[in-house]
Amino acid sequence: MTIKRHSVQLNRELCMGCTNCIKRCPTGAIRVRSGKAQIDEDRCLDCGECIRACPHHAKSAIMDTFDSLKRYPMTIALAAPSLYAQFGPPATRPMVLAALANIGFDDVWEVAVGADIFSRAAMPWIEAALAEGKAPLISSACPVVVRLIQMKYPGLIDHLVPYDAPVEIAARLAREEAVRRSGLQAEEIGIFFISPCPAKRSAVNYPIGRSTSQIDGVIAISDAYPMILAGLETMSETAAERFMNRLMADASGIRWGYSGGEALSLETERYLAVDGIHNVMAILEEVENERLKDVDFIEANACLGGCIGGPLTVANRFSAKSRQRAYIEAARELAAHQPEAIFPADTITLSPWDQVLAPNDALRLDADIMAALRKYEQMEKIAADLPGLDCGACGAPDCESLAEDIVRGQASITDCIFKLKERIRDVASRMSDLEEEMNRHLDVDPEAGHGDDA
Amino acid sequence: MRPVELNFAIRGSDFINAGEASSNMKKALSRLGLNPSVVKRAAIAMYEAELNAMIHGGGGQARVQIFSDQVLITISDEGPGIPDVGLAMQEGWSTAPDLAREMGFGAGMGLPNIKKNADEMKIETEIGQGTTLTILIRFA
Repeated sequence: MTIKRHSVQLNRELCMGCTNCIKRCPTGAIRVRSGKAQIDEDRCLDCGECIRACPHHAKSAIMDTFDSLKRYPMTIALAAPSLYAQFGPPATRPMVLAALANIGFDDVWEVAVGADIFSRAAMPWIEAALAEGKAPLISSACPVVVRLIQMKYPGLIDHLVPYDAPVEIAARLAREEAVRRSGLQAEEIGIFFISPCPAKRSAVNYPIGRSTSQIDGVIAISDAYPMILAGLETMSETAAERFMNRLMADASGIRWGYSGGEALSLETERYLAVDGIHNVMAILEEVENERLKDVDFIEANACLGGCIGGPLTVANRFSAKSRQRAYIEAARELAAHQPEAIFPADTITLSPWDQVLAPNDALRLDADIMAALRKYEQMEKIAADLPGLDCGACGAPDCESLAEDIVRGQASITDCIFKLKERIRDVASRMSDLEEEMNRHLDVDPEAGHGDDA
Repeated sequence: MRPVELNFAIRGSDFINAGEASSNMKKALSRLGLNPSVVKRAAIAMYEAELNAMIHGGGGQARVQIFSDQVLITISDEGPGIPDVGLAMQEGWSTAPDLAREMGFGAGMGLPNIKKNADEMKIETEIGQGTTLTILIRFA
């Protein structure tokens, strides 16, 4: 299976060529051509909006399957903080981890451990950056937001906190421990993230801020869900007990599963948590124009509700949030009974990214500024001449996008059904003019009509 | 070479749509592949000027001329004019009405902020006639 730059894919057979996905895509990456949707690789952020919007389920994410576990002598599953909340009582955290392991993993780790380490490592960096006047800083935990910034807000790349996402940190620790304990080589251990998010799959092939990812595969929560659910039905609390030593995360790490959790764990006072990609764009717009002066840290999640609202989750995000609180409460109680943290997160040091994040110039109209400028001018002119209904019938999300496609040579003005109608009316009236002229020449009485020549 | 010209109307006391002209200009610049810091400087400078026209000038006009190497932004209003330009250029000096201040505007950073972000700026103002602010941002 080839994984391209983005994981969201179209099933052509199911696609009806309607306008639902093109209308919702935040970067205008989708067009309907010849009755089928097409995704522009360079513009797709893997946000999953189209997966949610498609009433025919023609959009899905290409993720890794359980077959890929066979490639490794040892496998470890990484449980996203949002995984627990997919399952309600009587499921507990160790039960969910046990049921996950029983699918066929040799071990499990909590991504929330990585979140705890991230918070401790990033806090001093954030403090120093704020002292240098770099506010507001923007979380880099959501890969969709990072890619959005690279494309639409490249001026904000320097505002991103340059540390690996919690899942990468957890993957590294899990591998190190497994090598130590098993004596296997690092590459013999397969690390699989059980993820709510298609963009995390793409981030394995195209890592953020690093040349390689620590993760070997990404499996959708929705694919693991039926097996975990079945496992939970027959699981007893005692069977789950051997996973008690795997509960290494704090309540604050588990809280990262929903919007606001990260900001709280970073303990920045003047923070803002924004969720939903369209809301995120509105806030980034404010930051770019320096209109957000009283905020030090921005936690931005592309999905409404945060990761529990991810396109690959199963549970409704509101009920998931309510359940997540119960898991957090249980983690707090557990911590209260443990004098020392199982995992001393503050003993781990992190190094910042070693790769520079480059802007993505997919929105640029031409490599030459003057040519781009002319195209922009032409685009505005064409857009002004279009009906402005943004109906989407041409296959572009709105009239301005059609104008852009025309300028780029990817569409023509008659793709607009209103323009086409105008054109047909013009041609028809010219035809009728010509017919009259012809009749005059032939000296035929136009009132006699056609087909009446008996 | 002939510049590409964009024109926008700025409505007086319209806080809800404040910044629409500068955000449209930013949209245009962001399609050209310019250095992000250039786009940012242009957007901030124009936003401040647009706001001045909206709050103090009772609305006005914005004209953006994009050349191959620079953008020229002209914001003009027919408002009361600026009695003391030197004073207006000082950080923190503001004559914004309470309404504007309550909304977080009018901190007296407008003109100083434009000056900080522009490569060149010019203020032409006449009491009772209005103000025209010209901002130049070079691409390199």
